Amino acid sequence: MSDHADSAVARRAAAPEPAVPPPGGPAPEDGQRRARDGAGNGGGRRWAGIGPTQVIYLALLGVMAAGWVLVAIDGGDFLTLETVVGIQQRSAALGIVAVGQTLAILAGSLDLSVAYVISLTSLVAAEIMAGRDGGILPALAAALAVSALIGLVNGLVITRLQVHAFIATLGTALIVKGVLDHLYDGPAGRVPESFQRLGYDRLGPVPVSALLWAGVAAAAWFLLRRTRLGYRIYAVGGDAEVARLSGVRTGRVIVATHVLCSVCAGIAGLLLASRLGAGAPTVGTDGGYDLESIAAVVLGGTALAGGRGGVGGTVGGVLLLAVLDSVFNQLEVNAFAKDVVRGVVIVAAVAVYARRTSRRRSR
Amino acid sequence: MILRMRGIAKSFLGVRVLHGVDLDVAPGEVHAVVGENGAGKSTLMKIIAGVHAPDEGTMEIDGVPVSFGHPVQAQRAGVAIIYQEFNLLPERSVAENVFLGREPVRRGLVDRSAMEAATARLLAELGETSFGPRAPVRRLSVAQQQVVEIVKALSQDARIIVMDEPTAALAGHEVELLYALVARLRERGIAVLYISHRLREVFDLADRVTVLKDGALVRTAGTGDVDPGELVRLMVGRDLGTYFPPRGTGPGQVRLSVRGGGNAVLDGIDLDLRAGEILGVAGLQGSGRTELAKALFGAEPFTRGTMSPLRPASVRQAVAAGIGLVTEDRKAEGLALRQSVRDNALLVARSVRRRGRDAPGRDGAPGRAGGSGRDGVTGLLEAVRLQPPEPGREVRFLSGGNQQKVVLAKWMTVAPETLIFDEPTRGVDVGAKAAIHDLMRGLANDGMAIMMISSELPELIGMSDRVVVMRDGRLAGELPPGPSEEAVMRLAAGEATP
Repeated sequence: MSDHADSAVARRAAAPEPAVPPPGGPAPEDGQRRARDGAGNGGGRRWAGIGPTQVIYLALLGVMAAGWVLVAIDGGDFLTLETVVGIQQRSAALGIVAVGQTLAILAGSLDLSVAYVISLTSLVAAEIMAGRDGGILPALAAALAVSALIGLVNGLVITRLQVHAFIATLGTALIVKGVLDHLYDGPAGRVPESFQRLGYDRLGPVPVSALLWAGVAAAAWFLLRRTRLGYRIYAVGGDAEVARLSGVRTGRVIVATHVLCSVCAGIAGLLLASRLGAGAPTVGTDGGYDLESIAAVVLGGTALAGGRGGVGGTVGGVLLLAVLDSVFNQLEVNAFAKDVVRGVVIVAAVAVYARRTSRRRSR
Repeated sequence: MILRMRGIAKSFLGVRVLHGVDLDVAPGEVHAVVGENGAGKSTLMKIIAGVHAPDEGTMEIDGVPVSFGHPVQAQRAGVAIIYQEFNLLPERSVAENVFLGREPVRRGLVDRSAMEAATARLLAELGETSFGPRAPVRRLSVAQQQVVEIVKALSQDARIIVMDEPTAALAGHEVELLYALVARLRERGIAVLYISHRLREVFDLADRVTVLKDGALVRTAGTGDVDPGELVRLMVGRDLGTYFPPRGTGPGQVRLSVRGGGNAVLDGIDLDLRAGEILGVAGLQGSGRTELAKALFGAEPFTRGTMSPLRPASVRQAVAAGIGLVTEDRKAEGLALRQSVRDNALLVARSVRRRGRDAPGRDGAPGRAGGSGRDGVTGLLEAVRLQPPEPGREVRFLSGGNQQKVVLAKWMTVAPETLIFDEPTRGVDVGAKAAIHDLMRGLANDGMAIMMISSELPELIGMSDRVVVMRDGRLAGELPPGPSEEAVMRLAAGEATP
């Protein structure tokens, strides 16, 4: 109970001299070489470099440029209004889910139930609306309440029952799936035309759904940057024990992120119901929103272990996936090849981040 | 007195680690707390910081009785503790770390500029100009992170700051900067409780010093009223009433030899380890003892110097060359707690085959008869005197002493020529301690070369045929059989060179 010495020594070992180079790799650049020894202007322009968020946007630009060239060679025109609108529409639902997922992952958790929450809320909304304009408001309220409730359950199971988030949210997902499979064989309910405008209208080149996504992302960004909850999300994900010893109620933070994550899934469910004109029990899983949202978050440079990253990266990650999709569609590449490339991109991105992190890691 | 503690007692799992300790600290006082490893310093500090609640005794801050159920309560009462392992978020900025959990808000939103201004002000007051409030903590050196911890404490209006071995991770010139910081804290009327082994720091910095030994208060004195030699005697003086097995008949051939060994932590290591001897390695926490063991074992390899029979670059190479390590932290590094005794005992034998021989077994020697089958394991467990010798039990249900015997059995299966023990009896009860000592001596008598690291000086002195003392990653000196504890401590603390 008294011996912290070894880690302290290990840290000292890491500081003054570069550690032993891992076999086959270059010596880790000693990011924390003591600033005091000389140049130490603290912030350290020398180490500034670019963060994962910049990396993802650079990658996005690169993919767009490559896509433009490839499509041009193919005899097409990459950046038409149609493709730009398509990219935005394709990314909106995933983008909204991924923003919520970002909050959960930043806090060191994750949510595997989002796909079923999407299906459930699409049905709740479409059934309550039943084609009537007057049903829209009650339907929105009910859908959001249901998703918030599921998030609350997820959060409480994780924090109170001490069930790992992976299992807790997987369990929730299975429960919702069971209920949906029992009650529905196919699409149900009906969304009035006025509500379908959410999915299809656009202002110039910008679809309303993309604006909704932008709004959700901006709200999450604001939450993370300007509110106490945001600060504590980073703290809990960074090191729950440090947060606890600083007086942060870590359980509440995790519950809050799960409620918000689930509500984002609910919003995505509403958007998809508006597109489909009805609710559907498989709309969430068909889109693969659970794993894909996690992939987009990680692609955006947020650490899967939490505490590092942000909404900006996630938006870039979602856009990158959508642009890739769009390029493949225009080139009419076979769908399996598409998945292979997506898989490679995601793994490569995380490998790049891991490398950058291990170079500058201080503990 | 800002802090007054009376009759503080604390037990863990029935083992009494503090016996009625009294402590008084005045505002603006630097009060050193010294003692050997296991003397109870850390437990006492954790009681002050609200991590542990005392079983007995009272505590007052500014004359008001307090009892803390959570570290945050201690913080609110003005107590801050700075651990060796900092409580900082590397990915967040200095200001965000300082105000973690107490972010200032204006109209419901975090007031970033107020936060950064307050942090900058405190940094300036401490004379820290090498980094600003926006710097990410991961880019700071250990010394700078320590400053962040102090700023955090000051921002909480701490009036008592506990520093646990604050210089353990600092380079030489950084220690001077820490001295200056402590002086500033003293000027502000803050009471500093300074835990350290290093006597020079105690005499440089502290107004008074409290010596703990075996969980009891030995003496509190002004640093002007004691001299270093006396302090060492107070720290270590005790009856050597414990029995240790008789020493061996003299060392045999050299089994392991290092010349000029070094890596990021170690430097200039010259060491011979002979068959049949137990070489004791003494040193303070952080002196590089464990790193030496890990270097010999290839876990954190030497990057410089020569070593025979070979300089292992990996654990597999070391094991294949006949070197084993019984780690300091057996629960994290030595055992798979949820697996059976048998699986643990066979872990090494199943993974690494010794060069030029079938895994287990030279004849005749106790404990080396273990085959990989059921009977072999049972024989092995009897050889290490596991009580009861049930191969099917999960290791986590065993006592500390029995767990250590399983670790030993694990190594027996590959019959190493050299076995390194890092703190072999930590957390082990007295009876099992003696059994482990006997086993170690038995192995040495059978021709094994043994290196033993221990923070318990009586054990180290009683068991070792030779003692080498480490300081700052180097060998500070070698002592003949049966040195005095004072001689070891002087070498370890850098009080004298032989």
